[in-house]
Amino acid sequence: MQTTPAMDAANLPGWDPARANAIIDGLKQTEGAALPILHALQAEFGYVPHPAEAMMADALNLSRAEIRGIISFYHDFRRAPGGRHVLKLCVAEACQSMGGPGAAERLLHRLGIGWGETTEDGSLTVEKVYCLGLCACAPAALLDETPIGRVDDDALTLLAADAAGDRA
Amino acid sequence: MLSDQDRIFTNLYGQNDWGLNGARARGDWDGTAAILARGRDALIEEMKASGLRGRGGAGFPTGLKWSFMPKTSDGRPSYLVINADESEPGTCKDRDILRHDPHKLIEGALIASFAMGAHACYIYIRGEFYNEACVLEAAVMQAYEAGLIGRDACGSGFAFDLFVHRGAGAYICGEETALLESLEGKKGMPRLKPPFPAACGLYGCPTTVNNVESIAVVPTIMRRGAAWFSALGRPKNTGTKLFCISGHVNKPCNVEEELGIPLRELIERYCGGVRGGWDNLLAVIPGGSSVPLLPKSICDTVLMDFDSLRDVQSGLGTAAVIVMDKSTDIIRAIARLAHFYKHESCGQCTPCREGTGWMMRMLDRMVEGRAEPEEIDVLYQVTKKVEGHTICALGDAAAWPIQGLLRHFRPEVEARLAAYAGRHSLAAA
Repeated sequence: MQTTPAMDAANLPGWDPARANAIIDGLKQTEGAALPILHALQAEFGYVPHPAEAMMADALNLSRAEIRGIISFYHDFRRAPGGRHVLKLCVAEACQSMGGPGAAERLLHRLGIGWGETTEDGSLTVEKVYCLGLCACAPAALLDETPIGRVDDDALTLLAADAAGDRA
Repeated sequence: MLSDQDRIFTNLYGQNDWGLNGARARGDWDGTAAILARGRDALIEEMKASGLRGRGGAGFPTGLKWSFMPKTSDGRPSYLVINADESEPGTCKDRDILRHDPHKLIEGALIASFAMGAHACYIYIRGEFYNEACVLEAAVMQAYEAGLIGRDACGSGFAFDLFVHRGAGAYICGEETALLESLEGKKGMPRLKPPFPAACGLYGCPTTVNNVESIAVVPTIMRRGAAWFSALGRPKNTGTKLFCISGHVNKPCNVEEELGIPLRELIERYCGGVRGGWDNLLAVIPGGSSVPLLPKSICDTVLMDFDSLRDVQSGLGTAAVIVMDKSTDIIRAIARLAHFYKHESCGQCTPCREGTGWMMRMLDRMVEGRAEPEEIDVLYQVTKKVEGHTICALGDAAAWPIQGLLRHFRPEVEARLAAYAGRHSLAAA
């Protein structure tokens, strides 16, 4: 397999094979184990490190291609580390009609990043999402696991500043 | 108008405790053992008599769906799977059931599973609904501890287990067979039907997939009777429904109402009317992003139920009403929908994988006006080539909003193209 610089073992922040092994061992007996394992790996490392793919393939008796396919199929899983916080901004109809995409574009411009990219200080990744089911409180956002309604330019600036200030 | 005593979701706005004590105070889990004691066939007959049509979008009669499950097992277990992968843009009804009234869903899951002889039920919840999954899991634990579900559910001797499974951000997993694939830990790619899930579903076993709202109304129907439920709404479109109204209204909200309420009354009574008044209305998407939009002339009179909306070439879908006033660039709105479907196409059927990209690129040009008038017909042809030629309904869902646009707003599209052509012929001269 071709190895890009970003995928060298040295470039896997926080990677701990023993920890990954324990997670996979603990969940491999559950029915439909792939998603629970991937959720747990991402909760542990913040992303799914690529060496874990081979470990999962062994544990679940699937091909590595199959595991890679599952990871790339579901938008929630990432193969490279994201920011310390992930901000998902809704661009669906209700939020669009209430000015969500405009506010989102202005935030991206202020942060100097594009959709799906991370700020330079590594504090915040901004992603698109199609409907958070918060249409009555449009425009809606999701910061990590917290839903936020009626966001505007000021609220987004504040969220980004909070994320940058939190150097956990 | 629906009177307060006929409301099923009495904690829709989370004003009271979502937990077991609060749920019991609202009448949940009251006499569940007696309902189960009526027997499987009686419960299915009651469901059929209620006329409940599935609330997930397609509107298939729920009682009939249950009756497809095998009466006696051939050795394989049966499963109930509840679809809580609510991802349809504009829809926010299941979320409020999950976070404010989870016990209605759990009790309904027990009754429905009993009626189908399923000893295990899976709830597949959307990955984005993190807090809702936490509430639901806490509610499931409460029900286990109180003996309401588990080895001897409600003292009935029926063993029942309930599992909550989290998705990971794929819209297509709301399609029932894709959901089953995802539950099994695979990529959520829809399966060819037949065999239908009732014959060969989760892990190859008989399975019924129901929407959250369909299951959550079951206990109330069983307690108050099919006659009460079928007296609400209109013939063949019975009962109450959660409507989610968003977009250009003064007070966007979720509200439970009878099926068949006029769209205009729904918007004016509960949402404070359209921004700028009813005459400022441009169009309404009546059932989530997948259904064709309705221009104001139809909105004036249309009733909100499955058959009335089908008669005007749209659909009730999930009853997610997206209101757009005259400030909306309707072509851009539909173009953005096309982006969504291209993004979410799973890629296994060629007409959908390629077609959604085609439709998106053509619409993107039409937003600017950078297209020839003949291309409007080409676009329509492409939607017809996608619709009905795919395994699942995502292809249809991608094609319908565009067909709705061309059916009702073709002059706007033509004007946009003419304006662009006019600007550029001047520039060339």
